Amino acid sequence: MHLRRTTLRCRLAGAAMASAALLAGAALPAQAWEPTKQVTFIIPAGTGGGADQMARFIQGVVTKHNLMKQPIVVINKAGGAGAEGFLEVKKSKGDPHQIIITLSNLFTTPMATGVPFNWKDLTPVAMLALDQFVLWVNSETSYKAPKDYIDAVKAGADKQFKMGGTGSKQEDQIITVALEKVTGGKHFTYVPFRGGGAVAVQLVGKHVDSSVNNPIEAVAQWRAGALRPLCIFDNKRSTYTNKVTDTMAWSDIPTCKESGVDVDYQMLRGIFMPGGVTKDQVAFYVDLFKKVRETPDWKEFMEKGAFNNTFMAGDDYTKWVAAAEKRHHELMKSAGFLAEAK
Amino acid sequence: MEEIASLMHGFSVALTPYNLALMFVGIVLGVIIGVLPGLGGANGVAILLPLTFSMPPTSAIIMLSCIYWGALFGGAITSILFNIPGEPWSVATTFDGHPMARKGQADEALTAAFTSSFVGAFVAVIVITFLAPIIARFALQFGPAEFFSVFFLTFASFVGMGRGSAWKTLAAMALGFALAAVGMDGVTGQLRMTFGYEQLLNGFDFLIAVIGLFGIGEILSSMEDGLKFQGSNAKLRLRVVLTTWKKLLGYWATSIRGCIIGCWMGITPGGATPASFMSYGLAKRISPRGANFGKGEIEGVVAPETAAHAAGTSALLPMLTLGIPGSPTAAVLLGGLLIWGLQPGPLLFVEQKEFVWGLIASMYLGNVVGLIVVLTCVPLFASILRIPFSIIAPVILVICAIGAYTVNNNIFDVWMMLVFGVVGYVFNKLRYPLAPLVLAIVLGDKAEESFRQSMLLSQGSLNIFWANPLVASIMSLGIAMLLWPLVTAFRARFAQSRSATAV
Repeated sequence: MHLRRTTLRCRLAGAAMASAALLAGAALPAQAWEPTKQVTFIIPAGTGGGADQMARFIQGVVTKHNLMKQPIVVINKAGGAGAEGFLEVKKSKGDPHQIIITLSNLFTTPMATGVPFNWKDLTPVAMLALDQFVLWVNSETSYKAPKDYIDAVKAGADKQFKMGGTGSKQEDQIITVALEKVTGGKHFTYVPFRGGGAVAVQLVGKHVDSSVNNPIEAVAQWRAGALRPLCIFDNKRSTYTNKVTDTMAWSDIPTCKESGVDVDYQMLRGIFMPGGVTKDQVAFYVDLFKKVRETPDWKEFMEKGAFNNTFMAGDDYTKWVAAAEKRHHELMKSAGFLAEAK
Repeated sequence: MEEIASLMHGFSVALTPYNLALMFVGIVLGVIIGVLPGLGGANGVAILLPLTFSMPPTSAIIMLSCIYWGALFGGAITSILFNIPGEPWSVATTFDGHPMARKGQADEALTAAFTSSFVGAFVAVIVITFLAPIIARFALQFGPAEFFSVFFLTFASFVGMGRGSAWKTLAAMALGFALAAVGMDGVTGQLRMTFGYEQLLNGFDFLIAVIGLFGIGEILSSMEDGLKFQGSNAKLRLRVVLTTWKKLLGYWATSIRGCIIGCWMGITPGGATPASFMSYGLAKRISPRGANFGKGEIEGVVAPETAAHAAGTSALLPMLTLGIPGSPTAAVLLGGLLIWGLQPGPLLFVEQKEFVWGLIASMYLGNVVGLIVVLTCVPLFASILRIPFSIIAPVILVICAIGAYTVNNNIFDVWMMLVFGVVGYVFNKLRYPLAPLVLAIVLGDKAEESFRQSMLLSQGSLNIFWANPLVASIMSLGIAMLLWPLVTAFRARFAQSRSATAV
């Protein structure tokens, strides 16, 4: 198994190098390949979540602006925390009519469950954006800054404070465990829910004490004055300066780092294809997503969800994914979430 | 009344010829989607969502919500005619709806189902119109413990319903819980009982189980009865709608109960499925004709349909005001709202008045249009049963297979459906009830999840289920329901012995 994967990788790398050389030398026409039948867009998550919203939004933009001749069909394959979708793409080696949108479960699901797949079984196409995470508390509490809340956790009993999050052993719980490094040995009680919207409502209803919701999941409650953002888990503040509430914009939320809570985490919203596809085929989709990102609809969508609007493709993207995998492995390992560790 | 003025404005938004045409198209599409098992409202809306991106948001949501109403109506059709519930909340409708069809009263059952749906939905819309802001806040009080108490109440109101051995009911329910546990465990993030098979990653989808257990099982039983379809003596009575309506007036108490249960479950948001089962269970307990339930009692159609639709409609309220979907279809609609640039949440009613009231007005109109469309088709639907069994059976089989495939686009599910079909047949032969099995598959994992979330929150203390008046009262109600059969049995015995001593 291991041997086979290594040889596959060598062959892929070989093919990539060969076609790169070809591109550099001959400067082929930009569009050498395009889909000849409908493209299946797989979502390794349920309907209504962040990945689902983005995929269906992309489908809508592609249709509305007529960016592709063939139709694009979106299907959800959410089983086993997304494993079902990833295994499907892994099995469809060489099929250029299949793409998949990923979230952090690209890394966390195989690590936590031992289901046999890895991003190296797929072909990276492009990073569309990075999704942010924000530390939220109920606005009726007295915590105005991250330090107030962390101090309260430190002063309280172990496991007294409840953190609500989406899923188990996935991004929300990883951040929670990372936060425990600064709480002086006090743990959170992490309570997993099915979706980010449900988590935000549980926090409004004071059934949990805090959450690390994505901006888009909690923005409505923030604007209504029910939730308060304490800090954003990024190295720098958000770039969106338009007022979201009467007094604050996304850019007014301090980073956790500048508030003395040294935790940062973003989630990949990226596109992959099955393994064994040609460079031309990848290039078609890179170009397609570039066009999607140029539409005003996309810009509006990015601002609404306060996404970190970073685009990457080619080697940069592959390197980023490899680094992200390493980081997740470390985070999962230190949290004790690895399947092998059991 | 500010609401009435807003609503009138909403009607002026919704009542353009363009929007009315979209309503009609939506209802027809919805009925078709509802009839095909497996496609379901959520998938149907998801597939059609991109078509609406070029429309104004109000027109788009009117069309999509009409698909939703249509699917709700359509789900009842296959439940009654072929014993195949297309949606989880139609399961309870099969219990009495299908026996009615077998007795040749398919048209009556359909009329009762459609009319009850309409009544439930209409009452729920009125509730939404006038009480939205107050009720929306109530949903916030629902944490994991409260959710578990609702599921507990649903199971409790259903125990002791099956005829025959209580042990068989218990065994069927336990099997359902075991099947519901297969797949991802949401609390630990680990896979359970998949035994290394990729196909089991997704667990056993409720729809696959139901299409197999009810649909295929039914075909197998019919084949044994000599290839004749019992519904073939369905009469085509054009006045059936009026005569059935006259009968339905007698069941006003059941309707009101259904509306209350439905609205409550939709808003909290427990969902339409627990609502339909709970309403059926209660009606069977309370009705003087309760003993006939399951043999083709019209009241057994009225109760679940009213509750399911009241819940399905009021489920849109938490979606709009809190951004939490009360049903899978509502979840897809929620995604649509975001794409159209609307942010569901507490401010939607303030900032997007035109949209919200246009939608609410379209709920009134959509349900009226829907009722007219489906009622005019009742004789048409009922006459399907007059087609010879040897022709209709393969068609049903193919539709079932397509439905099972569509759920997850997985051929393995089609085989699973056939296995469930055999299980359903065997259960029938051995007189094991299917309803508790299905109920446990549908709600088992949700009940387990909310129980374990509660245990995490309370750090293992069961006191969380008595921690506040809301959860304590629901739990008490559940326990009372659970003990009710014992009490009635005890009272019957007591009365018997007293009359014996008197003699």
